[in-house]
Amino acid sequence: MSLRRSPLAGYPGITEIPFLTMVNVRVRPTGDAAARISERLGGPLPVVPNSVVDAGSRHILMLGPDEWLVVGPDGDTGLPDLLREPSASVVDVSANRTTIEVRSRDLLEHGCTLDLHPRAFHAGRCAQTMIARTQVILWQTSDEPVYRLLVRGSFATYLADWLSDATGSTSSTG
Amino acid sequence: MLLISCPWCGEREETEFHYGGQAFVAYPADPESLSDEEWAQYVFFRDNPKGAFAERWVHSAGCRRWFNTVRDTVTNEFQS
Ligand SMILES: [Zn+2]
Repeated sequence: MSLRRSPLAGYPGITEIPFLTMVNVRVRPTGDAAARISERLGGPLPVVPNSVVDAGSRHILMLGPDEWLVVGPDGDTGLPDLLREPSASVVDVSANRTTIEVRSRDLLEHGCTLDLHPRAFHAGRCAQTMIARTQVILWQTSDEPVYRLLVRGSFATYLADWLSDATGSTSSTG
Repeated sequence: MLLISCPWCGEREETEFHYGGQAFVAYPADPESLSDEEWAQYVFFRDNPKGAFAERWVHSAGCRRWFNTVRDTVTNEFQS
């Protein structure tokens, strides 16, 4: 465990939630395999685009018509095996991305073209999009608001630099 | 900047997409029997209408799905 190092370890002013367990699932949404997976997760695989289902300690993000990302806490090592199915693709992608927590809509709007106003985007929504020209999974976890940005490890410091810079410009303009 | 409607993700900016050219260009049914000219027609030649044009797009920065749509090449308006 002590050998692990997250991409933004020690980065000042950024809230990183490192080492979340992430499993990519691709399966036919109407088949038996999907039904067994959602039963074991204790929550349905969401079928509404850009939506998230809360399944206790885990969350299920819809990425596409036959693709989901299951996000569990750090150390949820049993998750890939729990979801394994012969007719589904289940891949542990935990090392692909790290997670940055952001608590300002104003800040994200500096670099995101989506409409993040509560009428269009709120808790329980997710979107695969670009922030500051970097591909992210944007996921709103609370209406306070609290957002999570799931960003690839090699882009994490770039995005953190951009967020730090944009934080400065939002605070100076009020 | 075009606003393109992905069938899965909804309306997104053009920068999230890549263009895939003309839609419904079928692979030759009997490829062995094609002449060089027919191959060239299949590989290189595309319609270039003034008006409605069925095209393929991929939502590369989003859900990474391909889809077909119809765009008016005069007004850039998406019709489907
Ligand atoms: Zn899409």
